Amino acid sequence: MATDSSTLIGKSVRELRALLTSGSVSAREILQDHIQHIERFDPELGAFNCLTTHLAYEQAEKIDALVKKREPLPALAGVPVAIKDNICVPGYPATCSSKILQNFVPPYSATVIERLGASGAIIIGKTNMDEFAMGSSTENSAFAPTHNPWNVKKVPGGSSGGSTVAVAAGFSTLSLGSDTGGSIRQPASFCGVVGMKPTYGVVSRFGLIAFASSLDQIGPLGREVEDVATCLQVISGHDKRDSTSLPFCLPTQSETLASGVKSMRIGIISELSGQGIDDDVRCSLKQAGETLQSLGAVVDEVSLPNSKHALSVYYLIATAEASANLSRYDGVKFGLRNQEADDILSMYFSSRSDGFGAEVKRRIMLGTYALSSGYYDAYYKKAQQVRRLIKQDFDRAFSQFDLLICPTSPTVAFELGAKTADPLQMYLSDIATIPANLAGIPGISIPCGFSQQRLPIGLQLLGPALADSKLLAAAYAFEKATQFHTVTAPVLTASAKH
Amino acid sequence: MNYEPVIGLEVHAQLKTKSKIFCGCPTDFGGTPNDHVCPVCLGLPGVLPVLNRRTVEFAIRSGLALNCEIAEVTKFDRKNYFYPDLPKDYQISQFDEPVCRGGHLTIAGKKIRIHRAHLEEDAGKLVHAGAAGLHGSEYSLVDFNRCGVPLLEIVTEPDIESPEQARLYLTELRNILRYIDVCDGNLEEGSFRCDANVSVRPVGQKELGTKSEIKNMNSFKAVQRALQSEIERQIAVLEAGGRVVQETRLWNEATGTTFPMRSKEEAHDYRYFPEPDLVPIVIDRKWVEEIASTLPELPEQRRSRYVSQYELSPDDATVLAESKELSDFFDAALSIGTPAKAAANWLMGPTIGYLNENKLGFDSTKITPENLRDLTAAVEAGTISSTTAKQLLLEILASGGNIANLIAEKGLVQISDEKGLTEIASKILIDNASQLESYRAGKSKVRQFFFGEVMKATKGKANPQIVNKILDELLTQNT
Ligand SMILES: [Zn+2]
Repeated sequence: MATDSSTLIGKSVRELRALLTSGSVSAREILQDHIQHIERFDPELGAFNCLTTHLAYEQAEKIDALVKKREPLPALAGVPVAIKDNICVPGYPATCSSKILQNFVPPYSATVIERLGASGAIIIGKTNMDEFAMGSSTENSAFAPTHNPWNVKKVPGGSSGGSTVAVAAGFSTLSLGSDTGGSIRQPASFCGVVGMKPTYGVVSRFGLIAFASSLDQIGPLGREVEDVATCLQVISGHDKRDSTSLPFCLPTQSETLASGVKSMRIGIISELSGQGIDDDVRCSLKQAGETLQSLGAVVDEVSLPNSKHALSVYYLIATAEASANLSRYDGVKFGLRNQEADDILSMYFSSRSDGFGAEVKRRIMLGTYALSSGYYDAYYKKAQQVRRLIKQDFDRAFSQFDLLICPTSPTVAFELGAKTADPLQMYLSDIATIPANLAGIPGISIPCGFSQQRLPIGLQLLGPALADSKLLAAAYAFEKATQFHTVTAPVLTASAKH
Repeated sequence: MNYEPVIGLEVHAQLKTKSKIFCGCPTDFGGTPNDHVCPVCLGLPGVLPVLNRRTVEFAIRSGLALNCEIAEVTKFDRKNYFYPDLPKDYQISQFDEPVCRGGHLTIAGKKIRIHRAHLEEDAGKLVHAGAAGLHGSEYSLVDFNRCGVPLLEIVTEPDIESPEQARLYLTELRNILRYIDVCDGNLEEGSFRCDANVSVRPVGQKELGTKSEIKNMNSFKAVQRALQSEIERQIAVLEAGGRVVQETRLWNEATGTTFPMRSKEEAHDYRYFPEPDLVPIVIDRKWVEEIASTLPELPEQRRSRYVSQYELSPDDATVLAESKELSDFFDAALSIGTPAKAAANWLMGPTIGYLNENKLGFDSTKITPENLRDLTAAVEAGTISSTTAKQLLLEILASGGNIANLIAEKGLVQISDEKGLTEIASKILIDNASQLESYRAGKSKVRQFFFGEVMKATKGKANPQIVNKILDELLTQNT
């Protein structure tokens, strides 16, 4: 164990790498400290569904062997990474925080897990989420809700609440989430960390248990933009096992990250910056615009007139796709099966009734309805048409602006239970993040201030498709200028104070 | 009142690619249950389909052979329904942008229009314990080996006018798909399956009657019988003043009737929508041209060539062209100088007889085109009798060999020596005095007995024409 083990919590990728290379700590020690930190603080926060301890120690040993042989270390050597529980790590359950998949252990690895492994990352555990990624508060987990490390009475956001809390609380350096309508960016904003949804197709979806296939995208979460950029570099790239994966390689982040925002044209989305946005949030956004301007960007207002339809479009397309994606949980081959059922229909009905939670059932019904004969044209087809209009809004905006900004979420983290009775209020939490998924463009949420209650506020930056590197560069410049990332949740430093 | 049937057919042809349509598993028939499977064709959570490009090539190939338009852009859709043999509980199929549209094929001068042909994945197979179906069985097991095997669904317009025409259409379609080498057309193994839509209407009426869909027919003959039975049933319903109900009916081979499927099982709203895990496929015209340039001669072209070039009868041409392997062989034998008529006769008669008797395909025989040429030449030259030639042909089909060597080895050369045969025949007449007497008494049939005795004495090698001539002479002389 390192002489002052507590200092290993909260380190950046760059810092861990320096420690490992100098030989002052081992990957095993880094891992041990993180597991200890998790064991101490996660019972209160509930970020993890399970730890992948055995795998993690195996991976750490490999890194330590490399260090011993003085061989070059890969990009994420010894870096603890937490994985959302809808991404397949072979040999460990992939539950999607659902009863129906509670005992499902995939025999195969998601492409992102293979790539993390090859880059020396330490997979530390599987994180809690809204069941099948359906939700915005991680309260829809079939197991237990996850709590916000800034204030345990508040939600961490969702659906990637567990992965977000893992980095915010120092349980891991990085984590992977999935973002279908804001499920990485919205919790990142609630927990004061950096979360990115890459361009659709930049990261392979192979091994990601689908919610809505045309919207789902895996992305990294971290405490600093540079860490997130490094992680994206590792997990991105074409994968022949995913037909929607783009034959495209991101430019090397280390070369582009410091390129700044000088003379970038940045548009503030007017529809997502005024009405319905909390005062604290609006105030932070205004300051963020000024900061960017002071860094040399040209900031102006831009209109996305069809963005007001995004929520309705999203809840038709996402639920339609989900209704088919979730059909396979029928009790026949894997997952929960009601043993009392005495014929096939009652087996389907009872297994699915017992296995799915209320929000999942609500969305399956909504999606089934949207695709039904007689309603298809009015709902699903219309939604696809409006989706194209939303895309065109972005195309127009990006002909004038390099990047767009708006708040990640209209509010800061809300109380647990505050919105569980009103699905529509919960859905509105994603109003600013959903358009990016519908258009397939990249988006990132970075800390941009605090509310009067000392809860983090997130700034969302959006770029045109494949401008992921530009987005990271702007986020990096903003982070450098504001240093909000240095203010962390109390639990992160609790181990040190102890 | 006179009624006329209106029939449309849907064929599911299994494409004989090596691997499945969306994963790398083998498409081989049978095997240990659930042995040819992987996470993708089992529909496990998190995996994604990747299109096997070869299946698109085969669909294009089929479309071209059936005179279809090949789509510029084609896409896949999800067809949603719950059934335990369908692991994802949706089938990846094609809804509104199929690979092929608007073709036709011609049977006996009648053009049958093809509405469309699209790609889709096959489902698995259920095995039920204690009942014939899912309902009422104690338990059911599922074998996913067939799951994800590529199918081409070929749908006709309602152009078929009789059960007989339906059978001809199916025969021709299967033949075409075999010629272009995309489907082995094996009905027993389910690689060529057919459903039928049929309605009847009073002769002269323009609008179509209410149709029923018939499933569960396992042979072309069954299709013909099922259609006949269903047409008669519908006419009887109408004659009795009733109305035909639109429904799916199953053919029962044993009773020779159709019966309605449980309505619960057919009440489907498939909720088609574009498959988001696959991208639309742009079909390059160059690719289509490339495929078109590799299409072989099709059965129809081959038949008319046989009639015009070799003066075969249309019936003979049809029999020969029915199997691509057999008619390829016929062409090969002709190309090295075998006379067409003789080759056709040897192939259609003893060869097809041998294949049917032993339930074999032509490709499992050992005969070479040279064998057939040598055989016909030997018969033509009078070296061997046609009886001997037939025996020789059967032997060559089963075991192969060289005609000249076999004739020499077995001493099969025909005896045409007139003097020697006259001696043998004379001796037989003397040795069988009583038979000769009854012949003279008017029992002309006894002549056959003498003929047989001569053949027996020469072990079948005597030239029958010469034997006949000698017998004629001897029997007249001695009268
Ligand atoms: Zn497979």
